[in-house]
Amino acid sequence: MMAQPQSSPKADKAPAIDFDKFNPTRSYTAARKRKDVAMRALIILAFVVALIPLVSVLWTTLVHGARRLNWDFLSHNMTNVIGGNQTPSGGYGGILHAIVGTLEITLGAMVISIPIGVMCAVYLIEYAGGSKLARTIHLLVDVMSGIPSIVAGLFAYSMFAILVGPGTLSGFEGSVALSLLMIPTVVKTTEEMLKIVPNDLREASLALGVTKQRTITKVVLRTALSGIVSGSILAIARVIGETAPLLMTAGYIVSTNANLFSGEMTTLPVYVYQEYSKYHANCPADAGSGCVTGIPMERAWSAALVLIVIVLILNLIGRIVAKVFAPKKK
Amino acid sequence: MSPMTSASKPSSSSASSLTKPVSGEKADRVFRAVAYACGILILVVLAAVALFLLFRAWPLIGGDQRTNGEVIANFTGGRATNFWGYVGPLLFGTVLVAALALVIAFFVSIGIALFISHYAPKRLAAALSYIVDILAAIPSVIYGLWGGLVLVPAIYPFWNWVAEHLGWIPLFAGPAANPPRTVATVALVLAIMILPIITSITRDIFLQTPKLLEEAALGLGATKWEMIRLSVLPFARSGIVSASMLGLGRALGETMAVLMILSPGLKYSFHLLQASQNQTIAANIAAQYPEADSIGVSVLIGTGLVLFVITFLVNLLARRITEKASK
Repeated sequence: MMAQPQSSPKADKAPAIDFDKFNPTRSYTAARKRKDVAMRALIILAFVVALIPLVSVLWTTLVHGARRLNWDFLSHNMTNVIGGNQTPSGGYGGILHAIVGTLEITLGAMVISIPIGVMCAVYLIEYAGGSKLARTIHLLVDVMSGIPSIVAGLFAYSMFAILVGPGTLSGFEGSVALSLLMIPTVVKTTEEMLKIVPNDLREASLALGVTKQRTITKVVLRTALSGIVSGSILAIARVIGETAPLLMTAGYIVSTNANLFSGEMTTLPVYVYQEYSKYHANCPADAGSGCVTGIPMERAWSAALVLIVIVLILNLIGRIVAKVFAPKKK
Repeated sequence: MSPMTSASKPSSSSASSLTKPVSGEKADRVFRAVAYACGILILVVLAAVALFLLFRAWPLIGGDQRTNGEVIANFTGGRATNFWGYVGPLLFGTVLVAALALVIAFFVSIGIALFISHYAPKRLAAALSYIVDILAAIPSVIYGLWGGLVLVPAIYPFWNWVAEHLGWIPLFAGPAANPPRTVATVALVLAIMILPIITSITRDIFLQTPKLLEEAALGLGATKWEMIRLSVLPFARSGIVSASMLGLGRALGETMAVLMILSPGLKYSFHLLQASQNQTIAANIAAQYPEADSIGVSVLIGTGLVLFVITFLVNLLARRITEKASK
């Protein structure tokens, strides 16, 4: 289109370059711009697409779950529930036994896994340095966090079958299975927190002649406490919704069992699953309007709502603890 | 100031209180031992998982093969009589469902991660990260419930449309099952479940991209997408790979959503839209377990061992990739 660039007579040794050749054509620029806009739209679309299931899950659980969620549902177990008939208390059975079971089994898992997890992290950060063993353990902790929950259940089941006796089912067995899933999370979060404790604190304490054990318990762990607490709460929130491992270790009963160490126990997720698999309740032909055939599904939704609320509250607490009590960075 | 300098030879009573401080070395040594023990315990536990499962599954290998065959024939309706014939279709189903879930989740989660890290305004980004974390926190049984009662009826028209218009692709061969308790629906639910894992890891890595690289690209006149393609994605490549592997590992082991949605079958089948084609190992264990006798449980634990080994390898590979990249 254009003529040669004017070459000044002084620098005629310089090669004459057609700079216009490098100018992007208008269609090329437009294509780049179009691509940019298209990708932006796709990326925003991806986000919107991901929001649909989240909103749908939360919304349907809320709508369906609120229908049968009342005090009677929370304060009764499933004894005396026959088909879709009303119980003498005027309700349709409830989740008291499942709440008790969930709390006890999760508490058991906490008692096992938080000390082990924290001490393992202390070993990795405070004692082992970067030794080969420590690196192996670090890698295996990562790998362990990917163990399928059902394998954890099979492990606890096999262990108790061999050590206690075949066919053992108890809440504690469920705790063992859950702690297998919980330990890696606790180790990882504690490790992260111990890493950001400033070395000055350790050195100051050691220089004062304090033993290493006291330095760790009184200075390092105390500084990292908020992170450890919030990490543990998030770990609890993760395992509290586990179903598969409890299906085979803790069993399922309709009455309340408060003894963690003997007898089967029901937890909320297992309750949801069991009600879901019942599908329909029987109603005799002469039953009045008080008999609801679809009651198992309604119970499943209500229990699911309670479970979601518990999990979200735990998450919120964990995050607030982490934020409010976070060590100040300089 | 220090008592040690003031007297070279202090009296015996003060010496004992000085050289032996309250609960000094002993507590130190005990604490150290406990820490070491907890570290080693991780190794022991992982070994114990493999050993106990192997021990419990032993009748499968060392026991009477004829009774094993009978039990397996009972499980499969006579389709298979040995362990590998049984676990083969299950393994196929597990990998098929997980791989499909990964394919669906991969692009969406990278899109979300990019949106959070590079497109959304700062304040919005924090809220969006939180929303993604909520997705991760919802228990799998609730996804199963939602999938079984809400998604399955809602998605039938779509699968039906796919079967009618894309039915010439063998993958989508019709007729679409109604209700669609099929591999396609399950893969969709699993994709939603692994989405937050992949998103949160890739987001963190996208945020770590050196600012200089990004600004250099922009300074050369790149558009935003070109900047991402030239600087962010190459930088995050190994992270993306390992995040996908972790998501895959999660999808391989997912039980409840599959159990509650899928209508099971034991075929080597790619018909995603038809019911009773495939089943996964984890869901099969949970489904057969309540009715299984002693040898039946051994068979199921054997399949669990296979699942354990596979997820272990997938996770190990993922972590190896991350480790190599971070060096």
